[in-house]
Amino acid sequence: MKALQVSRKVARLGLARMVSALSPAAAARIGPIELVNIDPPESLGEGWHTVTTRLSGICGSDLSTIEGHASTYFDDWVSFPFTPGHEVVGELADGTRVVIEPVLGHAARGFPLPFPDAAPGDGDDYAHLALPPLKPGIQTGFCHSTGGGWSTKFQAHDSQLHHVPFDMSDEAAVMVEPAAGGIHSALLCWPTLIGVENPIVAVLGAGTMGLCAIAGLRRYIPNVKILVGARYPHQQSLAISMGADIVVAPGELTRAVRREVGCHVVGDYLSGGAHATIDAVGNSGSIETCLQITRPRGRVVLMGMPAEVTVDLTGLWHRETQIVGAYTYGTETMPDGSRRRTFDLAMDTVLACDMARMVSATYTLDDYEDAISHAASAGRRGAVKVVFDLRSTKEKH
Amino acid sequence: MPRPGFVLEVDRNTPPIMFWRGEGFSLEKLPAGRSRVIYAPEPEKALDDIDGAIRHALLNPYDHDPLPALLFPGMKLTIAFDDVSLPLPPMRRPDIRQRVIESVLDLAADAGVDDVHIIAALALHRRMTEAELRHAVGDRVYDAFAPRGLLYQHDAEDPEALEYIGATPQGEDVEINKRAANSDLLVYVNINLVAMDGGWKSTATGLSSYKSLQHHHNPKTMEASRSFMDQHKSELHKSNWRMGKVLVDSGVKVFQIETTMNTDTFPKPFDFLSKREWEWKAKDRASFIGVSAALKRTPNRMARNIFHGIEAPHQMTSVQAGEVGAVHKVTTENVYRQQLVEVQGQTDILTMGIPYICPYNVNSIMNPILVMCMGLGYLFNMYRGMPLVREGGVVIMTHPTPIEFNPVHHPSYIDFFEQVLSETTDPYVMSQKYEKGFAEDEWYKHLYRTGHAYHGVHPFYMWYWGSHGMQHCSRVIIVGGNVKAVRRLGFTPASTMDDAYEIASDVVGRTPTISHLHAPPLMVCDVK
Repeated sequence: MKALQVSRKVARLGLARMVSALSPAAAARIGPIELVNIDPPESLGEGWHTVTTRLSGICGSDLSTIEGHASTYFDDWVSFPFTPGHEVVGELADGTRVVIEPVLGHAARGFPLPFPDAAPGDGDDYAHLALPPLKPGIQTGFCHSTGGGWSTKFQAHDSQLHHVPFDMSDEAAVMVEPAAGGIHSALLCWPTLIGVENPIVAVLGAGTMGLCAIAGLRRYIPNVKILVGARYPHQQSLAISMGADIVVAPGELTRAVRREVGCHVVGDYLSGGAHATIDAVGNSGSIETCLQITRPRGRVVLMGMPAEVTVDLTGLWHRETQIVGAYTYGTETMPDGSRRRTFDLAMDTVLACDMARMVSATYTLDDYEDAISHAASAGRRGAVKVVFDLRSTKEKH
Repeated sequence: MPRPGFVLEVDRNTPPIMFWRGEGFSLEKLPAGRSRVIYAPEPEKALDDIDGAIRHALLNPYDHDPLPALLFPGMKLTIAFDDVSLPLPPMRRPDIRQRVIESVLDLAADAGVDDVHIIAALALHRRMTEAELRHAVGDRVYDAFAPRGLLYQHDAEDPEALEYIGATPQGEDVEINKRAANSDLLVYVNINLVAMDGGWKSTATGLSSYKSLQHHHNPKTMEASRSFMDQHKSELHKSNWRMGKVLVDSGVKVFQIETTMNTDTFPKPFDFLSKREWEWKAKDRASFIGVSAALKRTPNRMARNIFHGIEAPHQMTSVQAGEVGAVHKVTTENVYRQQLVEVQGQTDILTMGIPYICPYNVNSIMNPILVMCMGLGYLFNMYRGMPLVREGGVVIMTHPTPIEFNPVHHPSYIDFFEQVLSETTDPYVMSQKYEKGFAEDEWYKHLYRTGHAYHGVHPFYMWYWGSHGMQHCSRVIIVGGNVKAVRRLGFTPASTMDDAYEIASDVVGRTPTISHLHAPPLMVCDVK
């Protein structure tokens, strides 16, 4: 079967890192990813299923890996060679369409659940992610044992499967995973908003994840005012349609927050600021901006995967700002105190917000260089989500 | 004898005409047979004995006792003076204000007056720097008064320093500087660069607060002021005069000193900018080519510094003192004598080169909002009778209009550009929806009071300033401007003058008549 595979080739990673800024397509060509013909993954035992990919998205973390920007942190949490692809809608042998919750959690790996009905992403000890019987891998798409969505077939565990309703298109279904990530980020803002009459949350970045976070904020955080820094016109327009109140260019976000809050500017920092800020970019500059526009004792939610950054944390220290990471999803505590699975919320949100429209382009696996190039420059090219489409007969083999 | 203003009918032999483009300029060929260029009168001769003339004015005022008769020991004397927005460009030392203030102080000293405050009447403008204050009042006055806190700048946001005087019959609040209101005598030292300046606008605007200013600095009043250069047809001025009456009736005693200047605007090597192109000599052409070439290779910031370093050779042509109304009548006549140019009829298009400076960017950046204000607020309004362009006509300006702001001087302008103009360019809508928020923003107030920032509401006033022009014209085109900025202003960008004419043809047809206002030097067109 066809599969795109990432190998641990340090020299290629280095080269890809160098050329990625100039040409994402060249980075894909010379980087650690290649199109191979391999045997379909063997069944991993009871509870595991072979899933045939229909659509599989290209995520920012995938691009980081391919372009050699991902942190060495992951060296011990993934297993090479692996097939990327964790935003997946596929079908089981009986034709049932499923969306994958890609975290390889306790149930998939044969470990006791941290609490009854825990989701794959729950728990506060990650040992299971790196221990047998599966090879290390935080998710489907980073684990050699399971394979990933950028191939014809891969393995998925019962605990990862979510049935796709009949009335949900593949394009909508492939957005469920990123939507869940965005909703999780939105709900991570909630602890700092409790008791605030008119909460203000700023979102920096309006790519796929930023847009999903906006949708999550609008749907699940009561009475929130959402300010967004979005670079491209189509992102600005989608941000509004996802529920943002004020959308400006990223360079104008600081002033927009100041105007909304009515505070002062002291040096590079606002004297007050947003109650919480979601960083949907994930680099030194964006983290710095988020720290500058978040009020003292507010919270910065890092949704964009940051890798190595250089940030002056004096302001964080002085303002007692919290920075929290927002990785994937699990079981959420809602503002009303109820508990919900993020993926269930995402299923609702994708339909309610018509997120299928965010799928901007589809490619075959053979055209992966173009696909990766397109995804890497999605904003500039007026796109949001770029996906591999394996629905044709040719792609199924 | 200086030559009067001149209207040149463009024919095939007319050379290209110089257009300002911010810190640069270009030569543009105007269509023959249907274009005209309006040139300012040549500079009048300055007064030979300026200090003598000032002393004469103080001793022989209009409708008022001579100044010495108003001065007595133990009295409170306040001298207010026009701020950095006048004159343009800043004049060579000694500044007129220094000469006048020194004369007033000499008389005060002779009379044994020792309670004297000197106040920069900046209304909601930015505070002047020490260098700017020294330039205006001179080192001697500055060193004698500023260190003791007796020379300072009006603070329109200090409730302790304001006094509510009353209201006009139209309900306009009159609130001015408390020290000025409670003085035994307020001497106002004015520079009347254009006919709009002076009169009751000096005290009722320069020493007032937002509470007062909002009654005449609003879209309705400004749109109905036709023009600002014609006091009797200006609602802005009528409001100020009503406020002046409230001041007089409440017992505020004002001794007004007004001065006028000639149009000797640019020193060498920039003096070619004041000349008529067909009269350029080889030296002028060489200067134009040399300066233009040099500017093209000069970074913007440096070019800006070069231009803002220009100190104009313009000089005093008259000084008169006494009762506000009587003084201002004479002053206005003197301004008109220097600046009035008779023009017959209107044209379809008005073209104007926007220079590097306006009243609100001295030593600063001409940001997009100020470009609009300079074009539609100031140059468009340089008329008496009727506008140079017909109603429904087109204004074409030339300026690079970069999206650049001085964050120290114009912090609220940045927000105005980013927030307000991205939503509306309608003066009425923005005044209703946003003005109060900007005016009462604590950060802007802080920067206005402690830094060198224009008041938070100031960009709104700049926008309102152009409301008559916006309402009058059906299209405004900026040639050579940053496309994003021009569109944000609600105008149409064009690359060249020919493109602009093409765009304008939708409105005025293919053979429109054109007036080009060749300013600065400044003039007022008396359109018959």
